[in-house]
Amino acid sequence: MISYIIRRIAYAIPILIGVNIITFALFFVVNTPDDIARMQLGAKRVTPEAISKWKQDHGYDRPLLFNASAEGASKLSDTIFYRKSVKMFAFDFGPADDGRDIAYEIKTRIGPSLAIAVPVFLIGLLVEITFALLIALFRATYIDFWSVVLCVAMMSISGLFYIISGQYVVSKLWNLVPISGFDFGLDTFKFVILPVMVGVIAGIGSGTRWYRTIFLEEINKDYVRTARAKGLSEIRVLFKHVLKNAMIPILTGVVVVIPLLFLGSLITESFFGIPGLGSYTIDAISSQDFAVVRAMVFIGSVFYIIGLILTDISYTMVDPRVRLE
Amino acid sequence: MPFIPVILWTDALIYLLLALIALFVWYVRGRPHLVAPWRRVAQSKSGMVAATVLAAYLLVGLLDSVHFRLPLEGNAAERAYSVEALSVFDVLAKPLRTRVEKTYSAPLAAYLFAKETIELPDGREIRDYPRLKYGAANLRDPGKERVEDITRRVLYSLFLAALAWLVVAAALVWLVAKRRRRVFSETARALWRGESEIPWIAILVTLGILMLFAFPVSALSMNYHVFGTDKVGQDVLYLALKSIRTGLIIGTLTTLVMLPFALAMGIMAGYFRGWVDDGIQYFYTTLSSIPDVLLIAAAVLMMQVFMDTHPQLFPTITERADFRLLFLCIILGVTSWTSLCRLLRGEALKLRELEYIQAAHAFGVSHLRIMIRHILPNVMHIVLITVVLSFSGLVLAEAVLTYVGVGVDPSMISFGTMINSARLEMAREPIVWWSLLAAFLFMFMLVLAANLFADAVRDAFDPRVRIATKLITVEETKNAKA
Repeated sequence: MISYIIRRIAYAIPILIGVNIITFALFFVVNTPDDIARMQLGAKRVTPEAISKWKQDHGYDRPLLFNASAEGASKLSDTIFYRKSVKMFAFDFGPADDGRDIAYEIKTRIGPSLAIAVPVFLIGLLVEITFALLIALFRATYIDFWSVVLCVAMMSISGLFYIISGQYVVSKLWNLVPISGFDFGLDTFKFVILPVMVGVIAGIGSGTRWYRTIFLEEINKDYVRTARAKGLSEIRVLFKHVLKNAMIPILTGVVVVIPLLFLGSLITESFFGIPGLGSYTIDAISSQDFAVVRAMVFIGSVFYIIGLILTDISYTMVDPRVRLE
Repeated sequence: MPFIPVILWTDALIYLLLALIALFVWYVRGRPHLVAPWRRVAQSKSGMVAATVLAAYLLVGLLDSVHFRLPLEGNAAERAYSVEALSVFDVLAKPLRTRVEKTYSAPLAAYLFAKETIELPDGREIRDYPRLKYGAANLRDPGKERVEDITRRVLYSLFLAALAWLVVAAALVWLVAKRRRRVFSETARALWRGESEIPWIAILVTLGILMLFAFPVSALSMNYHVFGTDKVGQDVLYLALKSIRTGLIIGTLTTLVMLPFALAMGIMAGYFRGWVDDGIQYFYTTLSSIPDVLLIAAAVLMMQVFMDTHPQLFPTITERADFRLLFLCIILGVTSWTSLCRLLRGEALKLRELEYIQAAHAFGVSHLRIMIRHILPNVMHIVLITVVLSFSGLVLAEAVLTYVGVGVDPSMISFGTMINSARLEMAREPIVWWSLLAAFLFMFMLVLAANLFADAVRDAFDPRVRIATKLITVEETKNAKA
């Protein structure tokens, strides 16, 4: 098992290199640093001096891949590729275009992100699986039919609608919680409850329907018939046998997401003014801070790969038949 | 010529898509085993109801995809053409497009939403809500006449709608009667009782409901702003209808763009295995490990820089917005092709071991021919299910991406831009709710119909689902008997 994990981690390295090359190509080859500088400086007529000053300030004033004018090893290391891309492997992201340290920003912003993302994830999972099991209990009845219709209707509503109407009803009409903002300590609850509620409700439709199909697929298997033949009650069959056996398909979708929780939710965070990584990314996108976007792309893929490895490991925990070799 | 046709990139791709669909229909028609699943789709009640709604959306979208430039007013000798590309829909909806108010006005209102200083005929100035330039302009005293006028128009158009519906229904019954070689009245009764393979009665009811809404809305929109006007006084109904094309394009072209890659790579990886498989797997794992939103954001930002530095490539705003829309489709395709590719690879891995492929090998059929003739047709159901299922997600994604700032061009009318510009209006006092409501309503209907239709298609094409539902029904009937 340990050797398997080591192999998987080793396999992750070429993927991260690939991600790095893709982002490098996207950010520096498609558009030259000159283009970016001109864009950042705004005006149509920008003097060459202004451009070169901007490039110097932000460390873009080096050759892309090979620095012929440098000495020795710094022929390779004193380049944009090395300074901006290779260094990310050491989680050294350098300063953002506005001068602040990206790594520090990320560290301080992970907390608020998790304060929203983790409750949404856990409560959502619990609610969705419970609903799905209940629907499976009433399968092929009118309750089943109308619940599925309701699920489809709920997943057809834009997530923006849930947020906007939630803010309007709960915060503006009823004045129960502040519309947006964030604070640590006891106040956290006050700020977090609405985004969490909205997040859970927005996910119920698709989640419930997804788990329902998983459960229904399990229910048609032979061991379920055996369990019923033994005289177990339907509820016991569902909660003890079906739920346990449905864990593999459930885990496939769920564990991958866990590391991505660190990235926060772009939309929720920006609507509710939560100073997390999601709103950090949005701000970076709207102010065209490429350094931050690049760093977030890299971190995102690292988390995704961790999620894949965790998924494999979780299989061995719920299914003794799975051995990782 | 009275006009110059303009073919935008997305238009051309839409026509290509229509041609492909026509080709597909023609190909399927003569083959009973391919017709069978479609017949199951046609038998599904919810599927056909959804298809009727989708057809209405499609009609608007297609009318909005034929562009041309009209001549400007002037002497006929040296005719100049407007730089603005209009669509057939724009021309049909000219009253909606051109009657622009000053700023916000509520649905069906006769007065502006904000107070202004009005100069009275005798020279005095007062602050009041001014009359709209176009909304309810035919009335002399809106306070008294408005409700009556609206009721009269609605009733009249409802009458027309009922009439039109009867004509359509009669035509349909007549067609079915002719096919069955039965008498009209007998067929009508049979259809009413639901004795038909295709749920005609459900389709007719849906059509009737659509007409009951469409007729009054279009009758009222001649003299009112049915969904009000937005900040710059544009009719919200017009914006919502224009958004349909953008949504449809994002939903369909994205899959059209990614399909060739996903098909070629997925089948090749599964068929050749070995280093080809490794290479392709590495490629799609790398791409899919970048979170979608971030990859899209990065790509769109870069494209913006490119467009800013190469303005000479995009002569008009429409073309610029259109290019951006196309690019968004492409980049959305890049992020969404990996899952389809993975599915296809798995299926091709399975298929290549089957006897008929082995036999083809033994006969000396080339690899390319085996992949195209023997594997491709047998993975098409997966492709179809994925394409139909991804449509609604893409329509929803557009709104979110536009909010983030990496969606469609701000000058392009879409559900995303509508929501984005209307979102701050919720903070106004009293609130401006109509543009948000219209955007969400039109989007909800489209996505709901797409979801229901996708479910019907999946149920008809996925062998696994078919077996599962069959088992359930068998089991339930047994339970019921016991």
